[in-house]
Amino acid sequence: MQIAVASGKGGTGKTTIATSLALSLSNLARIRFFDCDVEAPNSHIFLKPRFEDISPAVIQIPQIQIDKCTACGRCVEVCEFHALAQVGRNILVFPQLCHGCGSCTWNCPENAIIEVPNQIGTLERGVGRENIEFFRGQLTISEPMATPIIRQLKKMGRPAEGTIDIFDAPPGASCSVVETLHGVDFALLVTEPTPFGLHDLKQMLGILRDLNIPAGLVINRDGIGDDSLVDIIEKQQIPVLLRVPFDRKLAESLAAGQSLVDVMPSYRQVFMRLYQQISKLVEGSKK
Amino acid sequence: MKLVISAQNSNLESPVDNRFGRSQWLILFDTQSDQWKAFQNPGASQSGGAGVAAAQFVVDHAADVVISGDFGPNAARAFQSANIEMRLFPKQTLTVQEAVDLYKNDSLRKNT
Repeated sequence: MQIAVASGKGGTGKTTIATSLALSLSNLARIRFFDCDVEAPNSHIFLKPRFEDISPAVIQIPQIQIDKCTACGRCVEVCEFHALAQVGRNILVFPQLCHGCGSCTWNCPENAIIEVPNQIGTLERGVGRENIEFFRGQLTISEPMATPIIRQLKKMGRPAEGTIDIFDAPPGASCSVVETLHGVDFALLVTEPTPFGLHDLKQMLGILRDLNIPAGLVINRDGIGDDSLVDIIEKQQIPVLLRVPFDRKLAESLAAGQSLVDVMPSYRQVFMRLYQQISKLVEGSKK
Repeated sequence: MKLVISAQNSNLESPVDNRFGRSQWLILFDTQSDQWKAFQNPGASQSGGAGVAAAQFVVDHAADVVISGDFGPNAARAFQSANIEMRLFPKQTLTVQEAVDLYKNDSLRKNT
């Protein structure tokens, strides 16, 4: 079972929900947790992993062999991402724009392009609280491209029978979120009843419809805002699986690095029921 | 001298655009003949790499000088490598024609 926790808007409580879900299910099954928010990973604060190994996340970027290059410009022409430019007889490579797709190498009529590794971040694996297997990707500061790391991070744990994989998605509704959602069985959407929360929730629901992934809603900071969330829930017929009321004490504890289920242990039961509901929804969607 | 100026519209009365890679138009102006032509900036519609796409256009048109409000690191690297001089507009908005006149009076700052 693979579950992604996403939101659109940042700061709605993705990590709070994802880490609490992981802790609550740790007696039930083998849990693997993937922090896919590679630009600002923070799940480790709550799951406290001891990292056992670290490896570089690399993409292959072109290197032009000047002795073979005839400056025909074909590589520049085929690069969808403008990672190459031609100035006179020179081909310039812009590593930060390169997606590592290999089109330039493939299309070069002179075989003048070789590919060299370019490190854009790191991949880490460790064991956290309650034996949760923890995977973290981290994009190097100033590197702009998150998706290759997320793809490599997810490959560190292939789907396995009897294992529950939880993916803590990055905020937003762009490529890195889509990469996180790709292939999961279920998306748990964490929202808050504010105009920003709702705006981004609608975007997420659109993405999930396109990806054909079943989804359920967690309403965090329940009790603030107005009724516009109710309209969306009714119109889109999305199941509300959990409401977490707005609570200053809870906010303070989270800020101090305690997880939701540490502050309110009764929530472990709530998250176990949440998982049962998710299992039913996933089963139903496969029929 | 062949100049390229980033602009919001397609004529000399158009306000300049302070963004280079994302400006809608690039105006090619020849100071010898005072002839000019407006081109849609190929960078404007890119999801990424706008600066390089726009810079490639300027390089391909064999410009000597490019004038804008600012240049990103990728575009700047391409221009340096092509020996194309980068000049900057003054802060207040002005038209493409004014930018050309300022260039002719040598009153535009160099991008350093």
